Amino acid sequence: MGKVKEKPGPLARRPDNSAFKQQRLPAWSPMLTANTVLPFFYLMALICLLLGVWLLLTVQSTHEIKKDYTDLGTCQLCHEMRKDVSNANKPCSCRVDIPVEKALKGDVFIYYGLRNFHQNLRRYMDSRDDGQMLGRQNKLKDPSTYCMPFRKDKDGRPIAPCGAVANSMFNDTFILKYHGRSGPEVVPLLRTGITWYTDKNVKYRNPKTQENFTLAQEFNGTAKPPFWGKPVYELDEHNPINNGFINEALIVWMREAAFPNFKKLYGVLHRAQKPFINGLPVGNYSVEISYNFPVQYFRGRKEVVLTTLTWFGGQNHFLPIAYLVTSSLIFLMAVGLTVVWWKYGKGGKNMKA
Amino acid sequence: MERLHWVQHRCRQLLAGDSERGWYSAPNGLPNKNFLDRHSSPQRVSGKRRTVFARHGPHQQEYEAASKKYKGNAIRTTKYSLLTFLPMNLFQQFHRAANLYFLFLALLNWVPVVEAFQKEITMIPLVVVLTVIAIKDALEDYRRYLFDKKVNNNVVRVFCSKQKTYVQKCWKDVQVGDFVRLSSNEIIPADLLLLYSSDPRGVCYIETSNLDGETNLKQRQVVSDLPFQGAELTLENFRSRIECENPNNDLSRFRGYMEHPNGVRVGLHNSNLLLRSCTIRNTETVVGIVVYAGHETKAMMNNSGPRYKRSQLEKRLNTDVLWCVVLLIVMCLTAAVGHGLWMKNLKDPIFQVDGETSPALAGFYVFWTMIIVLQVLIPISLYVSIEIVKLGQIYFIHNDLALYNEQLDSRIQCRALNITEDLGQIQYLFSDKTGTLTENKMVFRRCSIFGVEYPHEENARRLEVYEAEKTEAGGRSVTLKSGCSGKSLSCRSLSCNRSSVSLHTLTDEAEEEEEDQLTNHIQRKTSAFCSRVAREVVPDPMLVRKLNWLRSPVLTLSDGSSGTPSSLELTYITDFFLALAMCNSVVVSSPSQPRHQVPEARTPLKSLEEIKLMFQRFSFSPFSTLSPPQIRGSPHSFTSRLFARGKTGSFTFPTPPDNTTGRSEPGLEDQLETSKLDSLSRAEGKDAGGMEEREDGTTENTKMSPDERDYDDELLYEAESPDEAALVHAAQAYRCTLRGRSAESLLVDLPGIGSLVVQLLHILPFDSNRKRMSVVIRHPLSGQVVVYTKGADSVIMDLTETPKGADHAQEIYGHIREQTQKHLDSYARDGLRTLCIAKKVLEEEEYEVWLKRQLLAESSIENREELLLESAQRLETHLTLLGTTGILDRLQEEVPETIEALQRAGIKVWVLTGDKKETAINIAYACKLLRPNDQLLTASCGSKEACAALLQQLRLEVQHGEDSLTTGAGNHGKSSSDCGTGFVLVTDGCTLDWALQEDLKNDFVVLSCKCKAVICCRSTPLQKSQVVQLIRDQLGVMALAVGDGANDVSMIQVADVGIGISGQEGMQAVMSSDFAVSRFKHLRKLLLVHGRWCYSRLANMILYFIYKNVMYVNLLFWYQFFCGFSGSVMTNSWVLIFFNLLFTSVPPLIYGVLDRDTPADTLMELPELYQDTQSSKVYIPSMFWFTVLDAFYQSLVCFFVPYFAYAGSDVGDLSFGSPINASALLIILLHQVIESHTLTWIHVLVLVFSSSFYFGFVLLFSVICVTCSPPTNPLGVETLQMSQPLFYIVCALTTVTALLPRLLFRALHNTLHSSAALKSAQMDKEDSERYRRRMQCWNLKHSPANRVPVCVDNPDLEPNSASVMS
Repeated sequence: MGKVKEKPGPLARRPDNSAFKQQRLPAWSPMLTANTVLPFFYLMALICLLLGVWLLLTVQSTHEIKKDYTDLGTCQLCHEMRKDVSNANKPCSCRVDIPVEKALKGDVFIYYGLRNFHQNLRRYMDSRDDGQMLGRQNKLKDPSTYCMPFRKDKDGRPIAPCGAVANSMFNDTFILKYHGRSGPEVVPLLRTGITWYTDKNVKYRNPKTQENFTLAQEFNGTAKPPFWGKPVYELDEHNPINNGFINEALIVWMREAAFPNFKKLYGVLHRAQKPFINGLPVGNYSVEISYNFPVQYFRGRKEVVLTTLTWFGGQNHFLPIAYLVTSSLIFLMAVGLTVVWWKYGKGGKNMKA
Repeated sequence: MERLHWVQHRCRQLLAGDSERGWYSAPNGLPNKNFLDRHSSPQRVSGKRRTVFARHGPHQQEYEAASKKYKGNAIRTTKYSLLTFLPMNLFQQFHRAANLYFLFLALLNWVPVVEAFQKEITMIPLVVVLTVIAIKDALEDYRRYLFDKKVNNNVVRVFCSKQKTYVQKCWKDVQVGDFVRLSSNEIIPADLLLLYSSDPRGVCYIETSNLDGETNLKQRQVVSDLPFQGAELTLENFRSRIECENPNNDLSRFRGYMEHPNGVRVGLHNSNLLLRSCTIRNTETVVGIVVYAGHETKAMMNNSGPRYKRSQLEKRLNTDVLWCVVLLIVMCLTAAVGHGLWMKNLKDPIFQVDGETSPALAGFYVFWTMIIVLQVLIPISLYVSIEIVKLGQIYFIHNDLALYNEQLDSRIQCRALNITEDLGQIQYLFSDKTGTLTENKMVFRRCSIFGVEYPHEENARRLEVYEAEKTEAGGRSVTLKSGCSGKSLSCRSLSCNRSSVSLHTLTDEAEEEEEDQLTNHIQRKTSAFCSRVAREVVPDPMLVRKLNWLRSPVLTLSDGSSGTPSSLELTYITDFFLALAMCNSVVVSSPSQPRHQVPEARTPLKSLEEIKLMFQRFSFSPFSTLSPPQIRGSPHSFTSRLFARGKTGSFTFPTPPDNTTGRSEPGLEDQLETSKLDSLSRAEGKDAGGMEEREDGTTENTKMSPDERDYDDELLYEAESPDEAALVHAAQAYRCTLRGRSAESLLVDLPGIGSLVVQLLHILPFDSNRKRMSVVIRHPLSGQVVVYTKGADSVIMDLTETPKGADHAQEIYGHIREQTQKHLDSYARDGLRTLCIAKKVLEEEEYEVWLKRQLLAESSIENREELLLESAQRLETHLTLLGTTGILDRLQEEVPETIEALQRAGIKVWVLTGDKKETAINIAYACKLLRPNDQLLTASCGSKEACAALLQQLRLEVQHGEDSLTTGAGNHGKSSSDCGTGFVLVTDGCTLDWALQEDLKNDFVVLSCKCKAVICCRSTPLQKSQVVQLIRDQLGVMALAVGDGANDVSMIQVADVGIGISGQEGMQAVMSSDFAVSRFKHLRKLLLVHGRWCYSRLANMILYFIYKNVMYVNLLFWYQFFCGFSGSVMTNSWVLIFFNLLFTSVPPLIYGVLDRDTPADTLMELPELYQDTQSSKVYIPSMFWFTVLDAFYQSLVCFFVPYFAYAGSDVGDLSFGSPINASALLIILLHQVIESHTLTWIHVLVLVFSSSFYFGFVLLFSVICVTCSPPTNPLGVETLQMSQPLFYIVCALTTVTALLPRLLFRALHNTLHSSAALKSAQMDKEDSERYRRRMQCWNLKHSPANRVPVCVDNPDLEPNSASVMS
């Protein structure tokens, strides 16, 4: 216990008479009575109300168009076909019509959505090697054991990218077409710029051994994930620098979704030419889908989503409503408390004095 | 003397250091461990023996052979060494279940199928806990090491054969067989056999206060029949062999023999052994041979390790932790079953990593995974936190100024670190009386001689003046002065006394000098029972005057008048003071001279003939035989006066007047009156400060030379009991001074006569059966054999009898007895300890007869004790009552207030004392344990049957009393509990013995439950502990025992909380206590404020801790519903582990150390508030579940608001966790703000620090952690999240919604409830005050019917004292 300072004199062991040691520090006692709480309650109710209204107005300005294409129209055939594992490598494409009744103004984002796909399973989430995706040579050739059982293929070649997450990458492709007056027209989509800056520039790098090696050469000696049709260095045929580990579709996929029903960004409307400069105009649209991703094993659904965003995200009515509900709750409590205070608690003031 | 005190003090410190606790002994067969051990294994020490030779003696080979294996004197009390620390400490730590749990989790995480986090991460909690505790252990051990080092390096003089002299050696180098030479006041380094003492009688005094706490001196004897008796130079030729028993821990036993070279064997006893760590006193030099050293000494073997007490709250906590375990298992099972079911509905989906596992097996794996994930639900770190919090609490208790005693310069000592909160739950308080409630400083207060009371008003006033001065001087200390408006003077002095001056007092020197000239140049010291207050007795003017008549010239003139004391009275007075001075076992010493030497007798002032004559003439009829008196000296001028007196001094025995000043014959009245008036006017002219002038007057009268006074003052008395010292000092005040003592004689100064050598024939020492002690002396003046007896009034009054002979004398004597009895009763009423003094003159023949029997008894071997007792009883008959003394054992300051406060706080106070009933009751009155209204139930009986019947009867009595009370009180519309009346049970030792037996103890408990207070007198230490244990176990209550002496040790150890009062009786009680204070009044703040604070702090902290864990763990649990119960988490595992360990760990600690639910002043003023914690209102199961429920709600909000906000979006796993973690942190911290009663800048600092630590950590982590935490690297997550407004919108909503119910609840509760409680408490206070007054009036009217004390088989209780109670 407290070391006694060797002060000379008869009161050498006397404790210091400091506010701290005598537990007399000036203190604020948050005696939460109606008096102190009520103004706070009313204020909070007001703030929540205002915030709720503001959010509601903001949300109202967003538009979202969802289309579940799992077994819709011509995709029914593909859906049936994918049920058989032996047909895994056979291509299949189908078409889904999407009418847009109200113009989507501003940036339009195209998502693919999956339902009942548990990307947040513990073992699934762990089955990846960030070291490999960072382009580390040793990891490329000898992926982490976390990647089991997608670490090496049957011949013992390391899989790049290894692990279940990469292996199960969503591989449907969409071609969005606008059926305007001048006939069907492909809507230009940007497949880059859809990832986080940190992911694209820090977390995912292609392996680099020699200056003049091509990407294919860098990945020499590795195998593609079993589920994949193409190796990692040929993921994007149109844009050679969007290949390898820094392929943005791969990066997006690699960020595991929090819930089994999720959507992931597929692309952004390229607003460079008419008529898409201000977004998607009203009209009929269709999506041509190369239908590769099987969902029937987990009774999942697939969907394509076109949406605009606001400053606080996509269309979600929960938050504004929650704020409004909270606001009214607080208000009710405040009123109740006021009544109680009026009836019983007022005497307390006299007593305090 | 200063040095002596210092050594004593230091030794205590040392011992306090190297033995955390457990220095206890069995001097009187205390029921401690030894006592029990002795019963369980009586033959423990028999068998092997130890042989000791002198180390450097002629028997070198034998010494080598025999003593090699004996331990040296170095001690080591540390647990670890530098090398063994790590393995040993780890080993010890893994004895704790909590650490095993952590270890289990860490190991579990190494199983790949259930692995939840990275392998290293689960090690973190374990490592942190182990490190914290290891550091604590290391520090403690280091402290012990330092103390050991200090003790080991003490220096002592050891005989060295080479140099043939004593050389300085460290304690640690002393070996068995060494000769050690010690001087006075040195501490004994090892168990020594006493071979030589500078005392001619071969005795040596030791003080064992370090060992058993008794400060009185114990006598030790040199081994008898040593060939070199008295010559210490022949040590190198010490050829004797010592055989003794093997080392054991029995302090009171030592057996063995010493075999001399010639084959003669001499028995060795306990009285030959000097025990380690005792102190040599009063003996110049001693030499001893070491027989036991180091850890084999009796002192060290009695040194058991610190006791671990588990607090009540912790026991409760354990059940709640078990509930947490249940909760955890339920959650894990839910996850396991859920996972199994979920798996069943899938057939080989693409995201299934190991699809071939069967759902059942997968579920089983998930169960274990979940245990790892949800591990924080079991608040293991809570145990570490509790320890830290208790350290903090103890720090504050230790530093409390109110618990600091300025006089002794001592703080409270907290010896048990883990039961602070038990202080807040005390329901029963068992207190010792002497030294605990009282100061154990006996002060002579008043006396009655010859049936005349000498009230010693000045003495009483002195005590008060003294008191007042003390208060002024000690004005710094904040003390609540009692506003006690006592009925009598003595009551006031009883209740308001402050402690005496000791060494360190800063009293104004000048004032003190003024106050008392008698002692102003005494070297102040604190020795055994020699406090300053005790030493100074202001003589009663009346008595002084009477004594002066013995020698003043006035006497001759006033002779013959009936107003002057009769000669008979004078002999009584002289005898009385002689008895006071002689009938004791006080050791006299003076600091300037070597202690214990009898100073030379000084020339007596009176001629022997005069005195002889006087005593012959005034003694009773049989006093005629003479033997040559033992007076040396020459005649003096007093001769004529005395002869004159002899002639005129009449044999007319005036009936001792009630009012001694009342009657005087007119003839000589004038002169008498003038002298009286003179002294009276002087006395009254100057009140308190002026008394020394009268002292001067007296001095002038007596013509005492200054040097004589100096001489007086140098004397120091060391007595076995404080009473004795008080009486000797009282006698000294009347110039009847005990100057020295040797085995055969006493040197006594008599007023006006001078020094006399009194031949001491016998001492019949005090024993508790006889309740008295006697000395047989040859009277220095008359030469007769005289027995002076001093003892308890009940005994002496029976033994004294009216002398046969002249009717007149008989009449007078009867009157004396009557008056004395009256005075005795009044003394008892005032709470004084009474002792009667009696005398008996023996005929020579009578003495011869007795002497023969006595010698026979002394020399007999078998049943020597009984014979001695019988012999003593034969002598102590037909005594003549001389008078009685009233000794004041002053109450400590603020005791009544403290007891009152404790009772108001709902604590039942029991007093367990070894004192007699009357004294106990009186003290109980004085300290307001007993109130005038209380009904006294007295239990005293001689047999078990009687006891059973008595208990039954008392129960009926109580029942009846309660009925009548309730009906009576019903008229007033109040229940009886409100009023001041109650029942108080007084029981004596042997009744207690019966009552504690198996078949009666229930009755006893039931009875005592109904009583407001219980007083157990004449109880033994064993009984004390039995009572405590009985009440504790039968009623399941928290018991606190407080005591100061060795006899309280067992009680202190048995109680839930043991408190030692570090007072007069040494350190033993302190050593075995959990807390040691220096004053009883400190209990008030300790319990009412600190106890309550500690309890509520700890309880609130535990609740908060559980809340925090449940709340956070549930967030993870809810997530399982969305991830297929796979045990995945939405947080980086580092953050997950650190959340509990770092980010939110400090605020609860601060909360637990600093929170003050009610201000200290309020708690002191309203002790009733204590009942909140006493009945554990804060930490009850419902509060636990309420907290858990709130945690559930908050976690639901905290999880589902973000869930719905992000549902269906592209949010990533970690991105989803980010707002959840942030809002959980905010909720948890703000929850504490709502819950804590006070917020200081420290709180604010810690809260800010905690949150900034969290945000800082996660931000930094998300910036730099690229691959540092595979497989879930948080790179960029937090930075991105916190740059989005959604994060803040979600956090705000979550936090507000989660805290809303708690806020509303608090507000409602405080609006409706708390203020009401406070208000009612205040109303109660006023109300009860008013009611008490009314009740008192009512009681006075209705008293006789209700308050007849029950006295069954109780001859001891005088009717008078019973009537006092009402």
